[in-house]
Amino acid sequence: MHAADAFAKTKAEGRAALVGYLPAGYPTLADSIKAVDIMIDHGADMIELGLPYSDPVMDGPAIQKAADQALAGGFRTRQVFEVTEAVAGRVPILVMTYWNLVERYGVDRFARDFAAAGGAGLITPDLIPDEAGEWIEASDAYGLDRVFLVAPSSTEERIVSTVAACRGFVYAQSVMGVTGARAATSAVAPALVERTRRHTDLPIGVGLGVRSGDQAAEIGAYGDAVIVGSAIVNCYLDAPDIPTGHQRLAELTADLAEGVRR
Amino acid sequence: MPNPDASGHWGEFGGRFVPEALIAALDELEAAHTAALADPAFTAELEQLGREYGNLPSPLYFAERLSEEAGVEVWLKREDLNHTGAHKIRNVLGQALLTKRMGKRRIIAETGAGQHGVASATAAAYFGLECTVYMGEEDTRRQALNVARMRLLGAEVVPVTTGSRTLKDAMNEALREWVASVDHTHYLIGSVGGPAPFPQLVRDYCRGIGDEARAQFLERTGALPDVVAACVGGGSNAMGIFTAFLEDESVKLFGFEAGGDGYDTGRHAATITAGQIGVLHGARTFVLQDEDGQTIESHSISAGLDYPGVGPEHAHLAATGRAVYEPVDDAEAMAALEKLARTEGIICAIESAHGLAGALRLAKGLKAGSRVLVNLSGRGDKDMGNVVEYFGFAGAPEKSGE
Repeated sequence: MHAADAFAKTKAEGRAALVGYLPAGYPTLADSIKAVDIMIDHGADMIELGLPYSDPVMDGPAIQKAADQALAGGFRTRQVFEVTEAVAGRVPILVMTYWNLVERYGVDRFARDFAAAGGAGLITPDLIPDEAGEWIEASDAYGLDRVFLVAPSSTEERIVSTVAACRGFVYAQSVMGVTGARAATSAVAPALVERTRRHTDLPIGVGLGVRSGDQAAEIGAYGDAVIVGSAIVNCYLDAPDIPTGHQRLAELTADLAEGVRR
Repeated sequence: MPNPDASGHWGEFGGRFVPEALIAALDELEAAHTAALADPAFTAELEQLGREYGNLPSPLYFAERLSEEAGVEVWLKREDLNHTGAHKIRNVLGQALLTKRMGKRRIIAETGAGQHGVASATAAAYFGLECTVYMGEEDTRRQALNVARMRLLGAEVVPVTTGSRTLKDAMNEALREWVASVDHTHYLIGSVGGPAPFPQLVRDYCRGIGDEARAQFLERTGALPDVVAACVGGGSNAMGIFTAFLEDESVKLFGFEAGGDGYDTGRHAATITAGQIGVLHGARTFVLQDEDGQTIESHSISAGLDYPGVGPEHAHLAATGRAVYEPVDDAEAMAALEKLARTEGIICAIESAHGLAGALRLAKGLKAGSRVLVNLSGRGDKDMGNVVEYFGFAGAPEKSGE
């Protein structure tokens, strides 16, 4: 399954896709699998599995803390394939990862093992197409989506070259800043999506800062996918125990799924 | 001039492994830096600033008594005599002047022990810029005096509580903050690392060390040194002194990394010696990392060398063999620090003592009368706490470190 499969469905339904993010291995390996199932059961159209990394420069405190906890729990890169295999088949599963982890595993080897596990593709927040030669080759070889980011500060020229390198969808970073749930969504996001759309027919996902069904509805009005990360992680960070976290995740996902269907 | 290619790579090293959100700012910085270096008004202002405010050029000093003991001529480039006590003033004056030129009003910086933070706060005070310094929480406690210096100079010091709470995490936090404030803020990075154009830019502002030393050496001896040695953490002082000599084939270049408890113990910061290529803080370079690519914490008695990465140009010089990198452990560095104090009356920084220790080790294999140039990159005032602890000087009867 690829991102295009999810977008074909949501487009037919005349709505934006809901994409849920959770670091693999958080809150535990088994519970990250369970959490993905909960998200899919409650209306997520696509899943982004984070690969926990020691130096996540794009992430705010919530995702950093979750990644640290997964690593402290002994999480290994190869386990992201276990999680992928366990949850693949119902919706596309993408992995969002800092580049050193892929490079260390071996770019071709990572692409091969991830494709074999049923993964759809990679979102690479610190890899720009200019540096991505090896990944472009490997993703072509194994038929994987490759999602690069555009940002409010991107020039027209860079938007053009970035979308040309993307497959599956384009990730619009909606605020200048790290990940984290925000009370108000970005004012610059609609303009960025509009600028990006002029240069591509690919769907455009909007991420960073979404935490409620209302915000999901607001973003779904102009974006093709609403990406939610920190708010999902917060379900567990703030919960007294994991079952409560699962419960909160179910409620949040249902709220968000309702939001993209308004 | 040994510049990287158009996309910021030296061979396979360097580049830009950062969020797209920062690319426009890096492009702007690169263009501004190139234009500034080509502008005589900018270079003249920087030169005057260095001379009148930074105490540059720093002297080249022949260490006679130390040379007698070493059996070779030991020449010291006295960066310890610069304003704020290290080569770092060169980098911060250059970048702060560039910040003004770009019309930005604020700088942010990362710091480990606080030396780059103090230098940044100094430049910010001089130019009237706002300044925020990110520092690992653990370091803010150990280096309370430097925190006080930065605050006195008007900077805001933000203790970083994420990850391992060390220099690398302070750098993560500075990068995060930069993404959010890039329209009016310059990230005044402290070494020759990070995404392009930073490694080249910082080198360009530090290369005066070698340019001066090369001219001074020729004037004093009529020849070039046989060996140039420097310590390497991120590697700004080493690139600063190496650059002028890169095309002098007779001059051997040596970088000395922190061997910590001893390279074989695994508790060290000898990134190049360990030899694992990876991506950290925006560049492909050598990185201390585990099997999965997670960064491993470095260890050194010297906070300024205690970093799990290294500038990509050093990685390239190591890979091509133009420079040689070897570890120097804590004990060897502290012995050199003591020897310099007792033979020359100079108390250098523990960082610089690694370069000196490596040079003294090297001297044993050199012909008598060989000329060795060592970059004495900083002074040791900041390290007296460590010195007291290491040599057991506090209260108790004196014991020698040798």
